[in-house]
Amino acid sequence: MSKKDDKKKGQVETTGHVWDGIEEFNNPLPRWWLWTFYGTIIWGIIYTILYPAWPISSQGATPGVLGYSSRAELQAEMDRFDARLKPLKEKIVAVDLAAIKDDPQLADFARRGGKALFATWCSQCHGSGGQGAKGYPNLLDDEWLWGGTLDAIHTTIQHGVNDEHDEDTRTSEMPAWKDQLEPAEIDNVVQYVLKISGQEHDAAKAEAGATVFADNCAACHGDDGKGDQETGAPDLTNAIWLYGGDEATIRETVENGRKGVMPSWSKRGLDEAEIRQVAFYVHSLGGGQ
Amino acid sequence: MSTSEDTPLYAAREPIFPRRVSGRFRRLKWWVMGIALAIYYITPWIRWDRGPNLPDQAVLVDLANRRFYWFWIEIWPQEFYFIAGLLIMAGLGLFLFTSVFGRVWCGYACPQTVWTDLFIHVERWIEGDRNQRIRLWKSPWTWKKIRLRLAKWTLWLLIAIATGGAWVFYFTDAPTLAKELVTFEAPWIAYSTIGILTATTFIFGGFMREQVCIYMCPWPRIQAAMMDEDSLTVAYRWWRGEPRGKHRKKEGAEKLGDCIDCGACVAVCPMGIDIRDGQQLACITCALCIDACDAVMEKIGKPRGLIDYLALSDEKREVEGLPPKPIWQHIFRPRVLVYFTLWAGIGAGLIWALFARPEIDFNVSAVRNPLYVTLADGSIRNTYDFRLRNKHGEEHPFRISLTADDVPLRIRLEGTEELVTYVPGDSTKEQRVFVIAKKDSPAAKTARTPIRFWVEDVLTGERAWKDVVFFGKGSGSR
Repeated sequence: MSKKDDKKKGQVETTGHVWDGIEEFNNPLPRWWLWTFYGTIIWGIIYTILYPAWPISSQGATPGVLGYSSRAELQAEMDRFDARLKPLKEKIVAVDLAAIKDDPQLADFARRGGKALFATWCSQCHGSGGQGAKGYPNLLDDEWLWGGTLDAIHTTIQHGVNDEHDEDTRTSEMPAWKDQLEPAEIDNVVQYVLKISGQEHDAAKAEAGATVFADNCAACHGDDGKGDQETGAPDLTNAIWLYGGDEATIRETVENGRKGVMPSWSKRGLDEAEIRQVAFYVHSLGGGQ
Repeated sequence: MSTSEDTPLYAAREPIFPRRVSGRFRRLKWWVMGIALAIYYITPWIRWDRGPNLPDQAVLVDLANRRFYWFWIEIWPQEFYFIAGLLIMAGLGLFLFTSVFGRVWCGYACPQTVWTDLFIHVERWIEGDRNQRIRLWKSPWTWKKIRLRLAKWTLWLLIAIATGGAWVFYFTDAPTLAKELVTFEAPWIAYSTIGILTATTFIFGGFMREQVCIYMCPWPRIQAAMMDEDSLTVAYRWWRGEPRGKHRKKEGAEKLGDCIDCGACVAVCPMGIDIRDGQQLACITCALCIDACDAVMEKIGKPRGLIDYLALSDEKREVEGLPPKPIWQHIFRPRVLVYFTLWAGIGAGLIWALFARPEIDFNVSAVRNPLYVTLADGSIRNTYDFRLRNKHGEEHPFRISLTADDVPLRIRLEGTEELVTYVPGDSTKEQRVFVIAKKDSPAAKTARTPIRFWVEDVLTGERAWKDVVFFGKGSGSR
């Protein structure tokens, strides 16, 4: 201790500050502390030469002689990530769609990647959990307009539905019947649809509606109303409704028709590996067949 | 603000040349140093067989795979509370020991103290004891001085490299890394870690020494709040020693105290302080001055203990002519008992948690987006994401089942027809599980039905369970 000699003489220097009788020694700083302080200054100067530092122009900060930028670092990290995933992306395209689940690593890659892609591209319409919304199918249940096999889901994502940019797109339209049918016929066929879906209905009208259904609707929805996955015609006999199963909504659907659109993701920029990942993910959500 | 103009703003470190000393506290310090260094250097080389595919290093912090191994204990990231508990115990342990024995950590066990002690020992071995070292320090740069300094620094550097080198062995398989290190195939992070720790050991142990304790370490400041008048510190019995004086045979010697002002206590002090100035921040209570003074007292035929472990309350009693308090009265105080109870309570809790934790472990998170899904036939399905952990080295099958009070429910695992999922060794598997209630069944109509999931390790028969809720219609979702 540098003040040893002073202390011996009983002449300890104080700053003159006294708090409740406690005085503050006026000891000097250790010299190495000062060196450390100078060291940080030198470090700071070197750092600002090497790295982007001084915001001196409207073009941004001085670039630094090392040419470092956080953007380039991010790009390098993304490139490294892509390079690491490349073998998996090649593999998922090379194997049979049905074989993905047999390879744990590939299945994991498909599920996680598909989840991220789904959140980015699909959740806006189908919901973040895949639960859908009015007019946008619920992907968790076990009814599928175009089929719930891995292959069918893959094709739907690949080419979309009613997407004019893709000539292989799935095409489906329910016409508006209000100019084709008499109001009474519409009344009756609505009651018939309520009947075959197991809901409360007017028996007499429903019976009359059966004929209307057979003449106009059965071509797509089938004689039994169970729909047709070839044409994307929904099953009208179960508990699941794309637009709603109450009388007013069914009437609205019959009168005005429906034509849902889903983009063709091969035309919207997803590559085959990504489409396969999303298909695998959607298939795993609970409704996959 | 300075009261005088000649006070410098900064000052160079005054070198300290502690003299060799022997005695009971010096012996204790040798033992503590030997044991501490042995534990530090040997631990990563102890092997411990854990079975196939698991590391056989007894103590291993496997950061890359997020595992911590300590002999038979294996800690996964979600069990980090064990580490937190140990850290809390370490903190409370410091409080406990400080309130009873003062700065016993600083004096004996702190790495800064242990390594500085080792470095001083090397210095003394090469350059000689105090007086020779002072002479050498004052002498100009002769060949002898250069030779001695180089020898000392080389030995310090070797110790420093060994210190930094031992550290990295805790984080990966020690024999493999040792081989890689000498063949220059080890990762750069190993070399840079060794480099940094070598530099800090060399500088802190060789040159900074007491400066670390006085200026850099926060612990001496915190100590003040931990200690009270019953905490043991190293103190000088001024009421016995003063007035000090050397000239025993001269007139008036009978008026002098026991202190002959020989300066032995100052010469041996690694902190360069005079304990006779009273308790001070720079004192790490290493007790070497007690050894030095006891030896002198014996020589001049006075009782030992002029410098001794004392509490402030003892000072007051002894000045009044009373005997010091018995040691148990210093130890069994409410404050110490509170610290000990907290410390032991956390320790007991950790031990209980260690033995109570199931060997198979799983989490269930109910998928609540949406709460439930209506299927085509009107039945209600809930989805749960399982995370199953298999702590064995090889793949184990886990059977998933559920129990619910008289409520018929069907369970299905995603991606398989079985109710068994296979979890690879030493890893976690995510498995989606569907639970379906038939249309208009009790669970489908009720908003919330409590159910219990069971997971059974098919190979070992161990079982674990978790309670969850099944959401039906009326729970607010579509």
